[in-house]
Amino acid sequence: MAEENKPDEQEDENISPWQQIIDNPFLLLFICVAMPTVFYTLWGVMEVATIPTAPY
Amino acid sequence: MAQFRQCPDTGLFFHKEAENLMKANAVAGVVCLLIAGVLALLVVLTRWPAVHLLPADAFYMVLTAHGICALIFWVIFFEMAILYFAGSTLLRSRLATPRWAWAGFVLMIVGAVMTLAAVFAGKSSVMMTSYVPMRAEPSFYLGLVIFAVGALIGCFVYLGTLVVAKNEKTYEGSVPLVTFGATVACVIAIFTIASGAEILIPTYLWSIGYISHIDPAMYRVIWWALGHSSQQINVAAHVAVWYLIAGVIFGARPMSEKVSRAAYLLYIFFLQLASAHHLMTDPGISSEWKIFNTSYAMYLAVLASMIHGLTVPGAIEVAQRKKGLTNGSFEWLRKAPWGNPVFSSMFISLVGFGFLGGISGVVMGTEQISIIIHNTIYVPGHFHATVVIGTTMAWMGLTYLLIPVLFRRKMILPQAAKLQPYIFGLGMSLVAVFHMAAGTLGVARRHWDMGFAGNPLGFEYPATAYLLMGIAGIGGVIAVAGGALFIAIAVGSLVFGEKLQKEAGLLQSFGFPLADSAYTNEKPARLPMAPAEAVEADHGEAGFEAPGTFILAMVLLVSFVIYYFINWKYLSEVWGLS
Ligand code: HEM
Ligand SMILES: [Cu+2]
Repeated sequence: MAEENKPDEQEDENISPWQQIIDNPFLLLFICVAMPTVFYTLWGVMEVATIPTAPY
Repeated sequence: MAQFRQCPDTGLFFHKEAENLMKANAVAGVVCLLIAGVLALLVVLTRWPAVHLLPADAFYMVLTAHGICALIFWVIFFEMAILYFAGSTLLRSRLATPRWAWAGFVLMIVGAVMTLAAVFAGKSSVMMTSYVPMRAEPSFYLGLVIFAVGALIGCFVYLGTLVVAKNEKTYEGSVPLVTFGATVACVIAIFTIASGAEILIPTYLWSIGYISHIDPAMYRVIWWALGHSSQQINVAAHVAVWYLIAGVIFGARPMSEKVSRAAYLLYIFFLQLASAHHLMTDPGISSEWKIFNTSYAMYLAVLASMIHGLTVPGAIEVAQRKKGLTNGSFEWLRKAPWGNPVFSSMFISLVGFGFLGGISGVVMGTEQISIIIHNTIYVPGHFHATVVIGTTMAWMGLTYLLIPVLFRRKMILPQAAKLQPYIFGLGMSLVAVFHMAAGTLGVARRHWDMGFAGNPLGFEYPATAYLLMGIAGIGGVIAVAGGALFIAIAVGSLVFGEKLQKEAGLLQSFGFPLADSAYTNEKPARLPMAPAEAVEADHGEAGFEAPGTFILAMVLLVSFVIYYFINWKYLSEVWGLS
């Protein structure tokens, strides 16, 4: 089929560069894990871990 | 050689192996919904003060099983079916490593059975949050971990399928928006499961005595990375289902791919941070942490939901207007197929999620006013609007869509099916609204006896609270009836529905492969790039492509603002200063 041989670049022209970047699922996975790990989990765990224990 | 069949009615392609997995996961999900529904009836009849059905210990056991079976098992089994559908069928691709997908499925079944068995054995009534220092049987935690490993395998099979589809060039350009949404759900699921492992594995070790102590505050922080994120898998996935159904029923194209994808991207960045809204009243964590994660991050995620809530009906409106339904602001909506349960389920899901779930969620996520309703029955009121009206009804609509397409059976009881979404939606709305109302009066959640009979430190709720819980009880019974009708129609269709294809026998309804004659070895033609977008191609008059949707959005905004300030007023009345 002629259609299948169409070079990739040609069709990618119709897609904005931004969309091409976020088309990568592994990039999405990285952001999706990194953001909450840093801002929610690590920061939250640090706060709980640094609560001073009662003196007696 | 991968085998495919094409649905003659919709043109969708089904990969043989993927198809069976979709069926098996969907059926397992519906079985879990059935169990959860029976348990829901027992729970709601106990919380209806005039009935007060179960004794205390049975109530807590049944409540634990209801939450887990509904929110974890029903929702996630069905999500697996959606992932396989979005990765394989929508991309016209073979599924990567179907054997691993089956292994994942088996693990999920084993885990689910283990956990439920532990709960029903009676010594694991720790609620679905399983907060330490309450201790369940070890097999309770182990079952959840095994279930999660199975789901994780499913997620990687999905990612693998994306890679296969790209390498084998099964589609042109970018993946369709629905698949993009499923990808977002999948990556959120991976974070969720990782968080679950971080907390449930240590808790399991603690339950068998390897670890002596787990700090309850620490548990809550990490557990909610699991508990909240898992709900965001549902949001990402049910939004994708809204787009899918709008596309199938109306031929609606997203108003703007860019805007919709950007909204999904906001989910990726910010949605999980909002986990902090569950810890608003926890001591030991700073206000900086709470405010950054909720007031800043959460509102960006809420913005994304509002964008989806606007672009889905907007796309429908544009599609309907193109068909000539242009009178007034709302002809497009009045003349929508309200008798088609696929559409009505989806639309009730959208409106209920936005108005009931969305507005109450933002209120609860505000540090100051959260304290008024923290741990009251308001919270179950809120999340039954999101996970039941929102997610569950979206899954129900998709099921109605898939009965002929995937299972190749004609739906039975079409007249009853027309009514089912309204019955379920009405019942569940009553539950949500009246639980929220009772919660505003302080009625506790997860509480067996709001009368505190025989308790020396009792508390007397105003009589109105009893009335409100009674109405919620009636709503719950209506909802269970609506849910039972759904299951009767769905399962009945698989068993008794007219075969649309001679190969679609009884076993085939439950995941056995269709005879080889149903498939061909021919590779499906490459999925063409989506045609031009609805709006960009054709601008309506007055600059508004979707004026009706714009009005709906304004109604939502005004309701939200009014309700938000009412809550600040309540807050001012909590502690009298005189
Ligand atoms: C069929 C209609 C349903 C009814 C009438 C119903 C009713 C209830 C009631 C009365 C409670 C107890 C509130 C309390 O005392 O704290 C509850 C809890 C809960 N329900 Fe439902 N429910 C239904 C369906 C669902 C579905 C479909 C889901 C999930 C998708 C769900 C998820 C939950 C969860 C997670 C809890 C909390 C359990 C806990 O506190 O640990 N429910 N439900
Ligand atoms: Cu949450």
